[in-house]
Amino acid sequence: MGETPGRRRRWANLLLVLPFVAVLWVPFYNRVEPRLFGIPFFYAYQLAWIWLGAGLTWIVYLLDRPGRER
Amino acid sequence: MSGTAGPVAIAVFIALFALISSLGFVAGRWRRGDLGQIHEWGLGGRRFGPLLTWFLLGGDLYTAYTFISLPALMYGTGGAGFFAVPYSIIVFPILFAFFPRLWAECAQGGYITAADMVAGLHRSRWLGLAIAVTGIVGTMPYIALQLVGLEAIFAGLGLQFGFTIGGHAVELPLLAAFGVMAAFTYNSGLRAPAMVAVVKDILIYATLIAAVVVIPAALGGYRAVFDAVAHSRLVIPPTPPGSLGPSFSYATLALGGALGLFLYPHALTGILSASSRDAIRRNAIAMPVYAFALALLLLLGFMALAAGVKGMPQFAAGFARFGDAYAVPALFIHMFPPWFVGVTFAAIAIGALVPGAIMSIAAANLFTRSIWRAFLRPGCSDAEECVVAKRASLGVKLGALGFVMIFPETSAVQLQLMGGIWINQTLPAVLLALYWRWLDPRALLAGWAAGIAAGTWMAAATGFKSSVYTLHLPGLAVPCYSAVSALLLNLMVAVLLSAALRARRAPAAPPATVGWAG
Repeated sequence: MGETPGRRRRWANLLLVLPFVAVLWVPFYNRVEPRLFGIPFFYAYQLAWIWLGAGLTWIVYLLDRPGRER
Repeated sequence: MSGTAGPVAIAVFIALFALISSLGFVAGRWRRGDLGQIHEWGLGGRRFGPLLTWFLLGGDLYTAYTFISLPALMYGTGGAGFFAVPYSIIVFPILFAFFPRLWAECAQGGYITAADMVAGLHRSRWLGLAIAVTGIVGTMPYIALQLVGLEAIFAGLGLQFGFTIGGHAVELPLLAAFGVMAAFTYNSGLRAPAMVAVVKDILIYATLIAAVVVIPAALGGYRAVFDAVAHSRLVIPPTPPGSLGPSFSYATLALGGALGLFLYPHALTGILSASSRDAIRRNAIAMPVYAFALALLLLLGFMALAAGVKGMPQFAAGFARFGDAYAVPALFIHMFPPWFVGVTFAAIAIGALVPGAIMSIAAANLFTRSIWRAFLRPGCSDAEECVVAKRASLGVKLGALGFVMIFPETSAVQLQLMGGIWINQTLPAVLLALYWRWLDPRALLAGWAAGIAAGTWMAAATGFKSSVYTLHLPGLAVPCYSAVSALLLNLMVAVLLSAALRARRAPAAPPATVGWAG
């Protein structure tokens, strides 16, 4: 998608697909048990993915950093 | 105990509100530019660094309406209302991957809106017009809903006085708050909401931290909060045979919302005002802090259930007028000491003014570039352009104000639902064509029209009550967010028609020059 993408960058971008799979496939997490600190799994799972998604985006950013700044 | 917040809360509210909104007036001096130029007035001179962009986008996307209506949805429907969370989980990878390119294209071409960019890239002012009109029509009800949020706050404070003209109630506090917003926007442009957003977000975080610590503790912990919700409503209802079921609606609502969010003019204005591509990428990493705050906020709906505010006689009048949207104001009045109620209500009220200001600026930019300059006064000077934009921002706001005073609240909600469906139909022209110049502008316009028509038809078929429309395939019912199904049709039309047009004309001209003369 970008300008002359390096091989490493292209693979890193695949990481950005993971959050889509994780949260758009609802059967993965549509249940009450097990709870985490009293929070039903449905909520705990999605709360956790907020941070996992941000972490993955950050990793892609770090891998992609050299040479594409403006 | 009274159903409203009382004098202490009102005093704190007014003091904070006055202090913060006065920031909007001095904001014009920040990194001073020539406010007679539209990119200075309407985009803050594209000078906002990563941190300011973060505050601006946060203030822009998490609005008063969000604070009031999303917990109300949880309160009313349970776990199925939680789709705003997966929505915000996937929206930031989308922002990260696709929007830096859009920023660069706009910065290079001097484009100030998506419609402006589309018209320039495809040399088609008609396609630009379609995108601009979609943006303006999609934004207006959003501004109107901010005013509805303000009304709920004023009602919670007990600040209700006004008069009636021709049978329509005019509320003075709403009018005053609105006048303040209009004045600082006119005066300082996008710099005003950006500065105000910084203080507002700090107040919002204070509110949220207090809410998620203090309220569950008073209710007996998070387990008790979730136990107050009927077990069947904690998760999405099971999938019936022969249908993809409510889980599919949930996923498509999240996907459609995420695809559409940054196509909204106010969100794009926030992005285009960033100082670099890197500022946008860093924001995509840091914005999930807001997503987490949003998730906690949604849980306030369950806390309101656990606290049982609806059964309390002092809140009966509020619930009668605003429905479930009164759950959060009632919860705060019930749980917090009066002075802190003043702080939280001020945070939410300012949370209406910041996005309201940005939305009106965005709509004004659209009108000025893609309608006024493209069709009405092609040769107008830069100074004239900026004056038109400032006046248009006033016009947009007055339109929204008139709307909430004349029509019932439900029509703003229905229009906003339609707006979400319509905005998604600009995706092929704005985003896809940026990467895939092969698409023909005429085909994009046809796809847009097909998507708008299909989306509107599906929403009408539900009586404008639901954004989910069930498609019946042989042997399978597919309950899908109409924005997503209409977008699929839109894409098919755009691609097939582009192929047909190219086949007829081959060999093709260079893509940038394809299209009818603008």
